Amino acid sequence: MKVPMSWLNEFTDVKDIPMKEYMHELTMSGSKVEGCDTVCGGISNVVIGKIEKIEAHPDADKLRVCQVNVGEETVQIVTGAPNVQEGDMVPVALAGSTLAGGVKIKKGKLRGVESNGMLCSDEELGVNINDEKATGIWILDPSLPIGEDAVKALGLKEDVVEFEITSNRPDCLSIIGLARETAATFKRPFAVKESVYHENGEDIDDYLSVCVEDNQKCYRYAAKVVKNVKIEPSPEWMQRRLNRAGVRAINNIVDITNYVMLEYGQPMHAFDISYIEGNEINVRCAKDGEKIMTLDGIERELNANMLVICDKEKPNAIAGVMGGENSGVTEDTKTIVFESANFLGSSVRKTAVSLGMRTESSARYEKGLDPNMVLPALNRALELVEQLGAGEIVGGIIDIQKIEKQPVTLPLEADKINRFLGTEIPEADMIKILENLTFKVENGMVTAPSFRIDIGCMNDIAEEVARIYGYNNIKSTMLQGDTLQGGFTKEQSFENRIKTLLADKGFYEIYAYSFTNPKLFDLLRIDAESPLRKVVTISNPLGEENSIMRTTSIHSMLEVLQRNYSHRNKEAFLFECANVYLPKFLPVTELPEERKKVTLGCYGNTDFFALKGMVQALLDDLGIDKVSYVPVQDNKTFHPYRTAHILNENGDTIGVIGEIHPLVCKNYEIGEKVYLCELDLNTLYDSVNRTLKYEHLPKFPATTRDMAMLVDDEVMVSQIEAVIVKKAGKILEHFSLFDVYKGSQIPEGKKSIAYSLSFRAADRTLNDEEVNASMDKILKGLKEEVGADLR
Amino acid sequence: MKEALMQIKEKGVAEIRSAQSLKDLEAIKVKYLGKKGELTQILKGMGKLTAEERPVIGLVANEVRALLEETIAKEVSILEEKAMLEKLEQEKIDVSMPGKMPRKGGLHPLTKVLHELEDIFIGMGFSIAEGPEVEYDYYNFEALNLPKDHPARDTQDTFYISDNIVLRTQTSPMQIRTMEKQRPPIRVIAPGKVFRSDSVDATHSPVFHQIEGLVVDKGITMGDLKGTLELVVKKLYGEDAKIRFRPHHFPFTEPSAEVDVSCFVCKGEGCRVCKGEGWIEILGAGMVHPQVLRNCNIDPEVYSGFAFGIGLERLVMRSYDIDDLRLFFENDVRFLKQF
Repeated sequence: MKVPMSWLNEFTDVKDIPMKEYMHELTMSGSKVEGCDTVCGGISNVVIGKIEKIEAHPDADKLRVCQVNVGEETVQIVTGAPNVQEGDMVPVALAGSTLAGGVKIKKGKLRGVESNGMLCSDEELGVNINDEKATGIWILDPSLPIGEDAVKALGLKEDVVEFEITSNRPDCLSIIGLARETAATFKRPFAVKESVYHENGEDIDDYLSVCVEDNQKCYRYAAKVVKNVKIEPSPEWMQRRLNRAGVRAINNIVDITNYVMLEYGQPMHAFDISYIEGNEINVRCAKDGEKIMTLDGIERELNANMLVICDKEKPNAIAGVMGGENSGVTEDTKTIVFESANFLGSSVRKTAVSLGMRTESSARYEKGLDPNMVLPALNRALELVEQLGAGEIVGGIIDIQKIEKQPVTLPLEADKINRFLGTEIPEADMIKILENLTFKVENGMVTAPSFRIDIGCMNDIAEEVARIYGYNNIKSTMLQGDTLQGGFTKEQSFENRIKTLLADKGFYEIYAYSFTNPKLFDLLRIDAESPLRKVVTISNPLGEENSIMRTTSIHSMLEVLQRNYSHRNKEAFLFECANVYLPKFLPVTELPEERKKVTLGCYGNTDFFALKGMVQALLDDLGIDKVSYVPVQDNKTFHPYRTAHILNENGDTIGVIGEIHPLVCKNYEIGEKVYLCELDLNTLYDSVNRTLKYEHLPKFPATTRDMAMLVDDEVMVSQIEAVIVKKAGKILEHFSLFDVYKGSQIPEGKKSIAYSLSFRAADRTLNDEEVNASMDKILKGLKEEVGADLR
Repeated sequence: MKEALMQIKEKGVAEIRSAQSLKDLEAIKVKYLGKKGELTQILKGMGKLTAEERPVIGLVANEVRALLEETIAKEVSILEEKAMLEKLEQEKIDVSMPGKMPRKGGLHPLTKVLHELEDIFIGMGFSIAEGPEVEYDYYNFEALNLPKDHPARDTQDTFYISDNIVLRTQTSPMQIRTMEKQRPPIRVIAPGKVFRSDSVDATHSPVFHQIEGLVVDKGITMGDLKGTLELVVKKLYGEDAKIRFRPHHFPFTEPSAEVDVSCFVCKGEGCRVCKGEGWIEILGAGMVHPQVLRNCNIDPEVYSGFAFGIGLERLVMRSYDIDDLRLFFENDVRFLKQF
């Protein structure tokens, strides 16, 4: 909301307050100032001049040479403007002056004739007058003093303050509303004077009838008729204010409706009565499919939820949103109807949203306006009609109000308010604050003014008191009451620990979007029938590429790796800890399951076992042991021979680890081998089975044995190890793989595998027989179960 | 014989002193003290001496032996030390060469600052609440005094899944979920992802993070809200950081405020970062609206509370002087390495 300060000062008086202080104080009392523009602030050295004499230019048909009296001297100025005549008063930019927009005027010669300045148009002085007859140089009132500074004499310079108005305060979408706030903030007087105008002896009922069919959507509808209307540009002062408030001037009648809307916050509309068929106005809901051409020249199709202002036959306006093109004011308009009405905010909002048209009018209605404002605004419009000589006001008024809103009255609970705010504001001060905001306080009861649709309970009164008292005058206190345990839950600590461990292991954490591209399934080569393709879809996404909630974190990770690869980063080791979203049913009728995934991804200077080692170390740090890695061939995202499911002791899948399939790398345009691991956080948490307990350090020595065997290539180390564990008995302390060899001296299709085993008993030194017996069992088992031959 | 011994002593000591290496010394040791050494030879000849001479010569011979042994030992240690020094010198390295670093990783700056904040709040007895990112319209809007067609919904461009399911536009639904589950006293923060249908630019992202705070108990005042947030800001930005409360409107708090922190670049003088205002908006806050309490079956006549919502990205951008929000989600390792 842009507020020219001269306008605001008509209702209160803060002219003496420096602008910086004004802006700060209003912001702190609740009307946030976005900025301030000093209009015409940069114009200098422009004076009022009188054109004494005009002569033709000797060498140019379109130029004329003027002698201009600027007070102490007469200066010669060459002008190209055709609209000036001898005797006209005009603004004169003297040599060395600055105009709107920072344009500088210097002495010069125009086709050989000296020109010591410039005659100015309205625009050059930062004013924009909408009047076809007044194009060119701005011809001023002849009574202005010659030689006077033009900015001063015309009152051009003005601060225009822009406010951010919150949605609960539609009353502040008006000059009067902000003047009221201003007055309350600075404790200055505030008054809106009653509008005065004269009517002729006729009766409006002879011109018009109004019927409100839908009183749920239209609380109040008032109308006045003005005849013998003379459509012309509105006066310069009115245009100037409208312009400065950000509204374009059109003609006197339209300008009046806009002027009143800005001043009172009450949208108004003017109909040409000659287009109102049957001279009757019906306020009703539209029929489905009914059409109207709105003022912006677009045909709109209406539905039965939309309130329209109709004549006998057709809609002439969409209530509270926009008028129709065919019933608006034109140059030939003779008789008009001014409408001032109160429509249901939510209805206006719904209509405006579904038609995709938000107007100054709908923006006000949708927040909820005061039905009591209908008449003062209408009266103000008529006062302006009279003041501008725009027409003859027909006697009588139509005012239909079916439901009267009751004012909100609440007890003034000063103690409670103080306890709630943590203040000690005397009741008398509270009353003063409320009265300055035009609340009524009587017998311990507070009545909110009817335009304060936001007031409904004690908290609201407390806020009024607090914001004028000053939020920053409320003393800060520390929380009291019972001490609470607080802190992270075990699950939260677990997640934090994972992040810290991965960071320590050389991975950088990433953040990715939760929604993604439906193409990802093809990029990842995911089967058409995969459950991953059942997704939660956003009905109004930013674009196709962000239209589904991800069911896998792998795509996001590959995208980030790709970005790093394309940025020529030699390597990237990354992790993410965030949700995937799995719908329970399709279409989605309840919230999807959100599962947190820990995803590791890397390329550059690494391999499968490097990543596996880090994952193993992570699981070990977390206390997850007895994990197995089972080969996976049917996951087409991954390399068919370099991928495993990670299972916990119970056989639950913790996640998947592997090399990304070369075709997938190609899809993502990554020219390196990529290794990736996706772990399920909840399963990880449930897999923690190690309770830390001290074990005595061994008192007896260990016996170590090495063994090497030949097995078929197909045999996996995990199979061999399962046999070793099964057969060795309790005395096997630990074992480790130290060599895998294929090549010369090893038959085709075989490999040599070597282990080092360590045996120990807690209560004695083992003798050779015991160890040999265990070794024999192991070797026998290996022979039988995996066909191993001792080398 | 005595002369021979003295000769050995002099010659031996001189030879030892001039020895160049441990090998020389070993040879000298053998030459004099070895089984066939000169001194040993003399001692072997002792039998020919008289009973009177024997102890005298024996004494001298032992003295000479001791002296030679001692001198050799001394010289050995000198030479060993020298040899050690030479060896060490050969092992000389350029200590200014780079160390062998383990691969470095790190937490995302958003996580780092979030952890700092969580620490501060946990210190005040807060717990951490978590809840769904895909949320019912009821929790995201309606229970927070934002019925359908409420104009304040405009300020939060919402992604819809269905008529009654949205991507949460704020962490405030966690207020409702927390109060539904837990009776006062309540002190929680709820950090998390939120979604708004904003196009991506340097200051907007359709995905960002908020930290919701909620305190409900008997006798909670607006002064408590101020005190709590002041403490947080001071812990985060230092003791000289100031905050101010500006009246604002949120449908689910009343009174409501926006909170500004004194610009940490210019300390309130006005600069480019704070757009000349000297203050930077960091969060929204207020006293929980009585209707919101009632929606959760908490009696506003008995209990009161405050709530706040902090924009994490904005905080982190200010903390590290990051000028483009997109960097957080681009995840270039050259960016991630800096924190």
